[in-house]
Amino acid sequence: MFFGIEWDTSSQWAFAVSIFPILLHGLVVTLEATVVGFFIALLLGLVLAALKSAPTRFVRWPAKVVTEFIRDTPLLIQLFFLFYVLPEFGLTLPAFLTGALALGVQYSAYTSEVYRGGLEAVAKGQREAARALNLAPARTFTHVILPQAIPRIIPALGNYLVSIMKDVPVLSVVTVLEMLGVAKIIGDRTGGYLIPISMVGGLYLIMTIVASLGVRYLDTHLPKRGLSLK
Amino acid sequence: MNDANPDRDTHNGRDVNKGRDPIIKFDKVVKRFGDHVVLDELDFEVKRGEKVTIIGPSGSGKSTVLRILMTLEEINDGVVYVGGQPLWHQWRREQLIPASEQHLRQMRSQLGMVFQQFNLFPHMTVLRNLTEAPVQVGGVAKAEARKRGMELLEMVGLADQANKYPHQLSGGQQQRVGIARALAMRPKIMLFDEPTSALDPELVGEVLNVIRTLADEHDLTMLLVTHEMHFARQVSDRICFFDKGRIKEQGTPEEIFTAPKEERTRAFLKAVLDPDD
Repeated sequence: MFFGIEWDTSSQWAFAVSIFPILLHGLVVTLEATVVGFFIALLLGLVLAALKSAPTRFVRWPAKVVTEFIRDTPLLIQLFFLFYVLPEFGLTLPAFLTGALALGVQYSAYTSEVYRGGLEAVAKGQREAARALNLAPARTFTHVILPQAIPRIIPALGNYLVSIMKDVPVLSVVTVLEMLGVAKIIGDRTGGYLIPISMVGGLYLIMTIVASLGVRYLDTHLPKRGLSLK
Repeated sequence: MNDANPDRDTHNGRDVNKGRDPIIKFDKVVKRFGDHVVLDELDFEVKRGEKVTIIGPSGSGKSTVLRILMTLEEINDGVVYVGGQPLWHQWRREQLIPASEQHLRQMRSQLGMVFQQFNLFPHMTVLRNLTEAPVQVGGVAKAEARKRGMELLEMVGLADQANKYPHQLSGGQQQRVGIARALAMRPKIMLFDEPTSALDPELVGEVLNVIRTLADEHDLTMLLVTHEMHFARQVSDRICFFDKGRIKEQGTPEEIFTAPKEERTRAFLKAVLDPDD
């Protein structure tokens, strides 16, 4: 029994059907961690991108070092650091929050590059034309640069959303009951791992295929020349 | 077109006759990119209403002159004056200090620029390209800006394309929009940076025709960088031949094209006018 739901081991088919609702509990946690982690990555990435293009190198440089550090260390180490090391300094976060934060921090290094690349890909001539027309820097950013950068940025961010979803099982090592962790516990208690873990694999496959199709749709349907302004 | 001033006072300073003041003046302007000297203590003047074409080999600093005027490129030394006021500097306690962004904004409003690559905003309709700056910067009412935008499109022969996006137009049409967009801010000085260099040969004429119409405007000062020598000869009051960051030779189109004094000018003109030789 798990989450108050009994499993039926009378046949393999019955077993699969009976544990499906249990796995769905885990699935909800997986999706929650994905969404929260992605949200953190979007915001933190924006901050890092801004710092990395700051006018002074005393800001730029540390931001680059931090980004590189995050990117070049495994997610698991960052996770252990947040979960086991921080409490030694008196800061204890709930397991779920720790996991989502680790995902968000890890992926902020990537999203910050997406933002920066998207903004830099807007042709230099666009900034020059805006300057020649005396458009204010803020207006240039919101009405000239951003509308042209967003169609490049969104599909790339979507790809990282899929990646985050696939990294969520790592959180099981810090006791977050996401889908794979739940499947493993079912296996531990029933002695049958094949069915629960295969089911998790199948569910993942469905989710990533749907998400990837979504990203591809965005990629082909976002206007290449920018969000149009009449 | 323009009354050539034989007795032009090159010392200027306290000249009371405003019409004789240069609207553009480069005073020993130096521009470097790294070790490469692009403008070498350049002295250069353009009078109000004058149409001046800059010619010369690539890398001679032609476009840099325009880009400095449009405040897209800073200068390393010297002073640039526009309308009698320093462009990259401002006066404080009778000293020239580097210009503030506010000063640059104010100075920029006198100039309009047409780019080689058009640089239209691809996500805005043709009309929006023309109204964005007047509404946002000039504080013109939207309806008024649209009316003026349509008049300008009429002038460049593109009134029927107002609601299209730039990529739906030909290169020549895009550049005509580029000209109209610059004019929408009512500049006193128009800068044309190789406006036809990115165009297919059959589209050059329609753009030159628009520029020719503008050249008939008495008050508008025009500074043009181009490789279209025949066109330069027709519309210019003066031709400046640039070489190695300086004006090697300048004069009326007649003087430059029929009797260039400098060997360097002759060689350049021969190369561009009879490229097959």
